[in-house]
Amino acid sequence: MTTQTVLAAAGGVSGGEEVTFWILAPLALIGAIGMVAARNAVHSALWLVLTMLCLGVFYVLQAGPFIGMVQIIVYTGAIMMLFLFVLMLVGRDASDSLIETLRGQRTAAILLGLGFAGLVGGGLYRALEGTTAAGLTQANAEGNVQGIARLLFTKYVFAFELTSALLITAAVGAMVLAHIERRKQDKMDQVATMKARFRPGNYPGPKPGPGVFATSSSVATPARLPDGRLSERSTPEILPVRELTAQEVSPKGTDK
Amino acid sequence: MNAVYLAQDPTLADFGRDPWWLVLIKIVFAFVFAVLATLLGVWFERRVVGYMQVRPGPNQVGPLGLLQTLADGLKMAFKEDILPRAADKVVFFFAPTISVICAVTALSVVPFGPMVSIFGHWTPLQVTDVSVAVLVLLACSSMGIYGIVLGGWASGSTYPLLGGLRSSAQMISYEVAMGLSIVAVFMTAGTMSTSGIVAAQGDATQLTLFGTEIPAPGWYAILLLPSFVIFFIATVGETNRAPFDLPEAESELVAGFMTEYSSLKFALFMLSEYVAMVTMSAVTTTLFLGGWRAPWPITLWEGANSGWWPMLWFFGKVIALVFVFVWLRGTLPRLRYDQFMRFGWKVLLPINLVWILVLSGLRSIEDWDTRGKLIAVGVPAGVLLLVTLLWPSRKPQPRVTVQEQVNNRPHGSFPLPPMDLQIPPSPRTRRVVAEREPANVTAGSESREV
Repeated sequence: MTTQTVLAAAGGVSGGEEVTFWILAPLALIGAIGMVAARNAVHSALWLVLTMLCLGVFYVLQAGPFIGMVQIIVYTGAIMMLFLFVLMLVGRDASDSLIETLRGQRTAAILLGLGFAGLVGGGLYRALEGTTAAGLTQANAEGNVQGIARLLFTKYVFAFELTSALLITAAVGAMVLAHIERRKQDKMDQVATMKARFRPGNYPGPKPGPGVFATSSSVATPARLPDGRLSERSTPEILPVRELTAQEVSPKGTDK
Repeated sequence: MNAVYLAQDPTLADFGRDPWWLVLIKIVFAFVFAVLATLLGVWFERRVVGYMQVRPGPNQVGPLGLLQTLADGLKMAFKEDILPRAADKVVFFFAPTISVICAVTALSVVPFGPMVSIFGHWTPLQVTDVSVAVLVLLACSSMGIYGIVLGGWASGSTYPLLGGLRSSAQMISYEVAMGLSIVAVFMTAGTMSTSGIVAAQGDATQLTLFGTEIPAPGWYAILLLPSFVIFFIATVGETNRAPFDLPEAESELVAGFMTEYSSLKFALFMLSEYVAMVTMSAVTTTLFLGGWRAPWPITLWEGANSGWWPMLWFFGKVIALVFVFVWLRGTLPRLRYDQFMRFGWKVLLPINLVWILVLSGLRSIEDWDTRGKLIAVGVPAGVLLLVTLLWPSRKPQPRVTVQEQVNNRPHGSFPLPPMDLQIPPSPRTRRVVAEREPANVTAGSESREV
C-alpha cells in the first residue's frame, strides 16, 4: 500500500497496478453491460455486484484504500444485499418483458440518457477547468483515513450530519408507514389467550376437518355433525359452502 | 527488553518488500493453515463435544480418530452431486466458492507473528497488511453472506430460500454490532492495520506499585472489556455457530440454505463454516488478545516475543477461542429467531453505542488536570446514580388468591374439581407393591451394568 501510495503520488503507474487495471476494467464493463442485458432481475443485481467490486479495487489502486473498502462493505455488502432480498422475495421468475408499453419509450430513454450524461460531464468539466490538483502527497499527508476523517468532521461536518439526518428520517418514515404497533391492551399474553379459549361459548377443542363425514374430501365441503347437520366451522370463511349434487356423487361408470 | 520488542514489531513500511516466492510461500501457508484447521477443527469439535456429553467421540480412524474428518471428506467427494432441476445452475455452482474464498481471504491480513528471517529475508509473519486491514476483514465477512444467500436462492426451493434469507438477515444484523465494537479498538489503537493494533497492545504503561514495576495489561480484552464481550458474541452470530445456528436449525429448517447441496459443494460450505470459525478466532486474538504476544508469565522470559515463538502463543490463543466456540455449542440451546434479533438490535447495539460514547468522553478528558477529570467523571456518575436510586419502582400488584380467581370466572365456565380433592390410593397399586420382591436383591450381576 505504501509503495503504491508513493508511486501514485509521483504520477507513475507500477506494473502491478497496470496488470490489475487491465484485468478488472474489462470485468467491470462486462458487469455493467450484463446488468442491463440480463433478463433475470437477480442476475442483473449480481452483475452490478461484480462492477461494484471492481470499482472498489480501483479505488484501492488509486491510493484511496478507505473509500475502496467502504465501497465494498457498504455498497456491495449492504445495499446490494437489500436489493437481492427484495428481488428474491418477489420471486425468481420475475424476469422483465421486452415489450414496450409506451410507444417510442426506448428511443426517448436513450436520447434522455445521452443528454443527461452530456449535462453532467459538461458541468463537471466546467467546474474543474480552473482547479489545480493538490496531489496525493498533500491529501494523504497524515494518512488516508485520518485525512478523510479530518475533512468529514471539520469542513464538511454540517453536510455529513444533514445527510445522516435525511437517511434516518427516510428510514424512520418507512418504518412508521409499514409498521403496525398494537396497543397495549390489544396484546394477548398466554394467560389471556387461554382464558379466551375456555370462555363460555367458545369450543376449546380443534375444529372438525372439512370433508369429514361428508361426501367428498374437498376443503369446500363442510363436515357433518353427528346429527347430520353441516358444520359451518369446518370450512374457511372465504370459501363458499358447496355440497356435491347427487349427480356428482353417483358412480361415473368408469370403474370395471 | 523494550528495544527488543520494538525491533520485532513490523510496521506498514515492512510490507510489500517480499520477493515473489516468499509471497507465494506465505499465501500457501495461510491456505494450508485454513484447510488443516478445518480438518483438525472438526475432529477437535467432535472430540470435545463427545467429552462433554460423556461419550468417546470419533476414535476409530487413525490415532485418536484424527483422520476421521479426512475419511469423511473423501467419502463426501465420492458422493453423487445432485443438481436440482429448478436450480439456477451457474449461481448454484458459484455460491459455495464465494463462501470459501471470502473466509480464506480474511486470513491474509491476520498477523501470525513478528518479523522473522526466512531464507535470509527479514519479513513479517503475515501475508500482507494495509492501512485499513480491519476493514478488509469486515469486507470479507460481508461478501461471505453472498455465498449463503445465493446458495439459498439458486436452489430453487422454498426451504433453502427461507434459510438463506434468514441467515443473511442474521449476519447483517450482527455485523453492525461487530463493526461498532471494533470502533473502540480503532479509537484506542489509533490505527486500522492489524499489525499496528497488535503493536499497540504491546507497549503497556508501567505501573509503579510498592516500588516494583508492574506492566499494566495492554490487551484490549481487558482495557475494552464491553467491546470484547460484544465482539465475541457477534462473531458467534456471524459464523452461524450454536447457540446462534438458526440458518441451519436442523429441527426447523432441515439444513437451511444447504438443503439442496450435496457432495463437494456441501463440503465447501462445511469448509467455509469452519474456516470462518478459525478466522474469527484469529481476528479476535489479534484485536483483543494481544495477537502473537505472549501472555504475562511468559513475558518474563526475554525472548518470548521474538523469532518464531510468538506463532506458538498465537496458535494457543486461537485454539483456546475455538474451544470456547465448541464449549458454547455443547452448553447452550438454540435461541428463537425473534429473541436472537431482539438481542442483537436492542441489547448489543445500544450498549455498544453508549460504551463508545463513554470511551470517547474519557479519551477527550485525558489531557485535563486531576480536578477537571474528577468533575467530568464524577458529575455524570453521580447523576446516573441518583437517577437509578430515584427511578420510580413499579407499583406492586395485589396478589389474587386462587379462590378469588375461581369466583371471578364467568358463568358457564368449565367445571373445576374441588380444590381440596384427595385422591384415595388405588388398592391395586398397593397389592402390586406388596407382592413384588425387593428389586435389587434378585437382580443378577449381569443386569447391573444397564
